Amino acid sequence: MSSPIDTTNNPAARRPRTPWQLFWERLRRRRFAMAGAWILVGLYAFALFAGFVAPSDHERQDRERFFHPPTIPRIQGWWLVVPRYEQVKAGPFVYKARRDDVKPVQFFVRGDPYKLFWLIPTRVHFFGTGESTHPIFLFGTDQFGRDIFSRILYGSQVSLSIGLVGIALSFSAGMFIGGISGYFGGRTDTLIMRLCELIMSIPGLYLILSLRATFPPNLSSTHVYLLIVVILSFIGWASMARVIRGMTLSLRERQFVLAARALGLPTWRIIVRHILPNTLSYVIVAATLSVPYYILGEVVLSYLSVGIQEPDASWGNMLTAAQNTEHLQSYPWLLAPGAAIFVTVLAFNFLGDGLRDAADTKSN
Amino acid sequence: MSLLQVQNLKVYFPVNHGLLSRVRAYVKAVDGVSLEVAPGETLGLVGESGCGKTTLGRAIIRLIEPTAGTVSFEGEEITKLGGAELRRRRRKFQMIFQDPYGSLNPRMTVGEIIGEAIDIHKLAVDDDTREARVKELLQAVGLDPIHVQRYPHEFSGGQRQRIGIARALAVEPQLIVCDEPVSALDVSVQAQIINLLKDLQVQKGLAYLFIAHDLAVVEHISRRVAVMYLGRVVEISESKKVCRDPKHPYTQALISAVPVVDPDLKRQRIVLPGDVPSPINPPSGCPFHPRCPIAEARCKVELPLLREVASGHWAACHLAK
Repeated sequence: MSSPIDTTNNPAARRPRTPWQLFWERLRRRRFAMAGAWILVGLYAFALFAGFVAPSDHERQDRERFFHPPTIPRIQGWWLVVPRYEQVKAGPFVYKARRDDVKPVQFFVRGDPYKLFWLIPTRVHFFGTGESTHPIFLFGTDQFGRDIFSRILYGSQVSLSIGLVGIALSFSAGMFIGGISGYFGGRTDTLIMRLCELIMSIPGLYLILSLRATFPPNLSSTHVYLLIVVILSFIGWASMARVIRGMTLSLRERQFVLAARALGLPTWRIIVRHILPNTLSYVIVAATLSVPYYILGEVVLSYLSVGIQEPDASWGNMLTAAQNTEHLQSYPWLLAPGAAIFVTVLAFNFLGDGLRDAADTKSN
Repeated sequence: MSLLQVQNLKVYFPVNHGLLSRVRAYVKAVDGVSLEVAPGETLGLVGESGCGKTTLGRAIIRLIEPTAGTVSFEGEEITKLGGAELRRRRRKFQMIFQDPYGSLNPRMTVGEIIGEAIDIHKLAVDDDTREARVKELLQAVGLDPIHVQRYPHEFSGGQRQRIGIARALAVEPQLIVCDEPVSALDVSVQAQIINLLKDLQVQKGLAYLFIAHDLAVVEHISRRVAVMYLGRVVEISESKKVCRDPKHPYTQALISAVPVVDPDLKRQRIVLPGDVPSPINPPSGCPFHPRCPIAEARCKVELPLLREVASGHWAACHLAK
């Protein structure tokens, strides 16, 4: 038995806890943040396994089922079954479920071919009926008869990764440039900061559009994807650099930085080892809270049809289909990608708020 | 030969105003200081807050660029050395900082903090000798070597100050500038740290420039003491002489403010009128004259230089005898 004061014999007390461990412990106590984190883990897992989870390919069109409503499965006996939907009249696309014609939902069913992790060719999908007469459209279909649920999954590969890649690019640039600006000060600082202000003073959307206009309009989706990341990062690094510069200004006067200088550490090592790590808790919070801007940036560009091009899916270009108010009234499931954006942005904000509280030790 | 020789060192900070950042004035933080430190000796440096002690200490090891004057280390001038040259010399002179909470990087373990100093000057041939050296240093400053894995926030103020001392010792310096190393600590811990510094001095032959605002602490550790006022050294001598027989009226006032343990002993307390004048616009003549109880007419005009008032006892006062 060891008393709480006796730290030498208590193995738990002897084990050193890093600042990150303490941070993690504080974060774990915040329920909303953890809920946000788990939602994000789920969303990113779905994006990774999109081909497997999606019942059909994102380009597959069902010409007999335009604007098909969401399929509602129900339990019949021991089976989870889906009905067949029959079109009532051709014009405004009204469907009716045939309760007498049902097929059980099967798991690990064969369907459209795809490549798991962009490498392994396979046809196995997580769920489906295996019958083309009884397709499962969880979120309905769009004007080309494509499964919206599958397209959201494929689109999430673009929309979710663009946030992370964009943040990685702009924040590493912002940290590095801001660190240099703050540490050296003087003319370097003035020059860099005026450049940041120049970039920040131009309204974001116009800058995005004019930058996009400098490139040809008919690029492949991969090129457009890279282009969007670069454009958004080009705008995003400036605000990060400003904050990091401010933090560096205060950190460089701290005595541990003076001690590092007195030891004769080269400048780059002082910035990389002593200054930037001490801005990290802020950076992580800011990054989490900024991911939504990158996701929304892609949405805006794709919505204005200068982003990811059809038939490739992204949450932005899927929302383009929901522009038409008549369609939206009759087929509200077209808004499903909007809900996906909403959930993602909310989850990032919850997580970001939790991270901020956990990083700010004074709040406890 | 002296280890450290400072000659006529000046540190002026420009004060900028307005959009165009025109330099309107200078803060004369250190204004023509000369002093010497012999190998293995301790020179105390006392003075009230804002008199330029810390700036002087930092300028000597070139954490602040001096405006004018020279600093020589083992006869070699270091004020003109650039980049890599200076970094190589830095292992000869180190600094111990005032704030035990701010002087250690919170993101690094004790082992990393001390090890970095060893790495940067390539003082260990491989990882094993490096680790052994870190543990040896921790032991030398009275910490348990199992603490290498720990982070600064797990230590008390006194322990952190010991880590700071170990870091300074890691590069085997000859001179350590101690910038008020105990003023942020409890009195009981102060004594421990000061005794540690004294022991290390004997073991390793270190020289200290010991900055403090507490005369009692300085008298205890130093062989010689320099008293600073408004960026200048006003008195310098052996610590006994300065404390028993102060020559400069400012030092006399300082000494009279040191509390005495004997309640029956009645001493005349010299209370200085007014505040320390602004170093942006120091008074003419002797900078101390507006507060000096014995100032004369010429003190307002003529700047007194350090002169040998008694044998080995220097004071910057026209009237000192």
